[in-house]
Amino acid sequence: MTVATLRVENLRTHFFTRHGVVKAVDGVSFEVRAGRILGLVGESGSGKSVTGFSILGLVDPPGRIVDGRILLEGRDLRALDAEGLRALRGDRVAMVFQDPMMTLNPVLTIGTQLAETVRAHRRVSRAAARDEARAALARVGIASPDARLAAYPHQFSGGMRQRVAIAIALINRPALVIADEPTTALDVTIQGQILAEMQSLVRASGAALVWITHDLAVVAGLADEVAVMYAGRIVERGPVDAVLDRPLHPYTRGLVDSVPSRRARGEPLRQIPGMAPSPAALPAGCAFRSRCDRASAACLAEPGATLTRDGREVRCFHPLEAP
Amino acid sequence: MILYAFRRLLESVVVLFAMSLVVFLSVYAIGNPVDILVSPQADAQEIERAIRGLGLDRPLWEQYAVFLRQAAAGDLGHSFAFNVPAIGLILERMPATLELAGAAMLVAVGLGIPLGLWAGLRPESASAKAIMAGSILGFSLPTFWVGLVLVMVFSVWLGWLPASGRGPTTDLLGVPVSFLSREGLRHLLLPAATLALFKLSLLARLTRAGTREALAQDYVKFARAKGLATRRVVGVHVLKNILVPIVTVIGLELGSVIAFAIVTETIFAWPGMGKLLIDAIGVLDRPVIVAYLLVTVTLFVLINLVVDLAYSALDPRVRLAEARA
Repeated sequence: MTVATLRVENLRTHFFTRHGVVKAVDGVSFEVRAGRILGLVGESGSGKSVTGFSILGLVDPPGRIVDGRILLEGRDLRALDAEGLRALRGDRVAMVFQDPMMTLNPVLTIGTQLAETVRAHRRVSRAAARDEARAALARVGIASPDARLAAYPHQFSGGMRQRVAIAIALINRPALVIADEPTTALDVTIQGQILAEMQSLVRASGAALVWITHDLAVVAGLADEVAVMYAGRIVERGPVDAVLDRPLHPYTRGLVDSVPSRRARGEPLRQIPGMAPSPAALPAGCAFRSRCDRASAACLAEPGATLTRDGREVRCFHPLEAP
Repeated sequence: MILYAFRRLLESVVVLFAMSLVVFLSVYAIGNPVDILVSPQADAQEIERAIRGLGLDRPLWEQYAVFLRQAAAGDLGHSFAFNVPAIGLILERMPATLELAGAAMLVAVGLGIPLGLWAGLRPESASAKAIMAGSILGFSLPTFWVGLVLVMVFSVWLGWLPASGRGPTTDLLGVPVSFLSREGLRHLLLPAATLALFKLSLLARLTRAGTREALAQDYVKFARAKGLATRRVVGVHVLKNILVPIVTVIGLELGSVIAFAIVTETIFAWPGMGKLLIDAIGVLDRPVIVAYLLVTVTLFVLINLVVDLAYSALDPRVRLAEARA
């Protein structure tokens, strides 16, 4: 059996604020293999983005990874010093951000921003870096890449900018790409194009992809596996079809039900009652219990992970089906 | 581009014209220079001759018309007090002021921007807090007081640096400058430091604020996610984004340093234009005052033009065509 491209074990990233410790990520474990796509799903504040930044070693103070292991191709990233992490970022592991209007530097040309990514990791001439930049733009479907190298971000549309950001992320052929809601800020049609392209680019290069999103529809069409996060923990994880068709955790069920579908037209959408708890003041035990109609006294303790026959994992004392 | 430059030129001519009119009227309103220039023992005939000689017997509008006609031909009139061309007096003193202003801005930019970057990158560190506290002093203390204290400490107590004057000058392309000789540099140091302190503090605070804002932006996080070294993230991605406001302030401050170095020049007996202006106002030497202000306004206009050109070089989203609107 080969080593997983990314293996996260019991990751805990906490923020030490004046108002107390915020446990943004609190014991998250998952793995992604080469060529596979994992959808990391959750509401705002569930800790999915912090998980992504933790993997890149880009958690800013007052945040800190306090426990756990992050293994990229078998190497523990937490054992690396700042320079070791820098050398990996943009080379073996890359990230695409949510808002393409903000991620590119407005005062540098596209060509500079692509070429500097190459030259940060490999000793190549300016001309060679520029050739790679041109090729990378062509790969993400930007017409006349040669002329576009000299353009500035404000001369591109949102969708085009996200393509450029993807080209930058993929230019050094990383083993792992973390995409933090890269289509949320785009039009639906552009969203579809980017999704399809991202999928084929990753498949072609054999990279592993972690797709962070709150949109279950995107996950359904894109991912192989899905991990559902709630209040800093993964509550359910498994193959995407199984989890979305027959959710085991009441929270997953609630998420699936709150997606508008064509079948249920006219019926009121089902909502999850209540609000997600503040990550600064999480209740003991299962964090979802105050919103859950299946909760019992047992839920005051923290549920452990239960493995099911079909290779899924769920953290619940009262799953919707016997695992 | 040519159209833009032409338009700017036209604007500056209008500004110069309006400014000369205001100065003409206000100096006229203050008093009669003849009362000061002619000795108290002079009889009525001598006074009459002096008035006629300076052209002050004619009505104001006519005096102004004569001035305009001559100014158009490049002649800004003769100094009432020294009876030499006013523009010559000013140009003679200008290198000293420009050198002082240039040295002060160099100190302010060379120290202010790095200090501000440092403070912005480590806002919680003790050194950053010391920089910020020092900068508050820097722009709250009045210039004349700072100058006097520096003289007290470095000239009177320690005896390291001269307290006044410009020292020996060396000719650089026919212009006398101080900074090429050791002795000249020693004379330049205190007045330049006095003049620089305010701008240094301002630039440090501005740079710090810009840096902190830029660091929170996604493009900085993305640059780090690309694996760029900190040196490149700060030196290119952050710095180039915060330069637009900094360049604006540098331009404005350079103009004000040149125009208002008067206090510093007076404290250190620096033979610059500011000292000349004070003397000229004392005797209501109208041609010198007008010529001085025309030169200063021209410098301001030039500096602003350079700043505008710098904008479009620094920020691709700024185009000169937009600046016209």
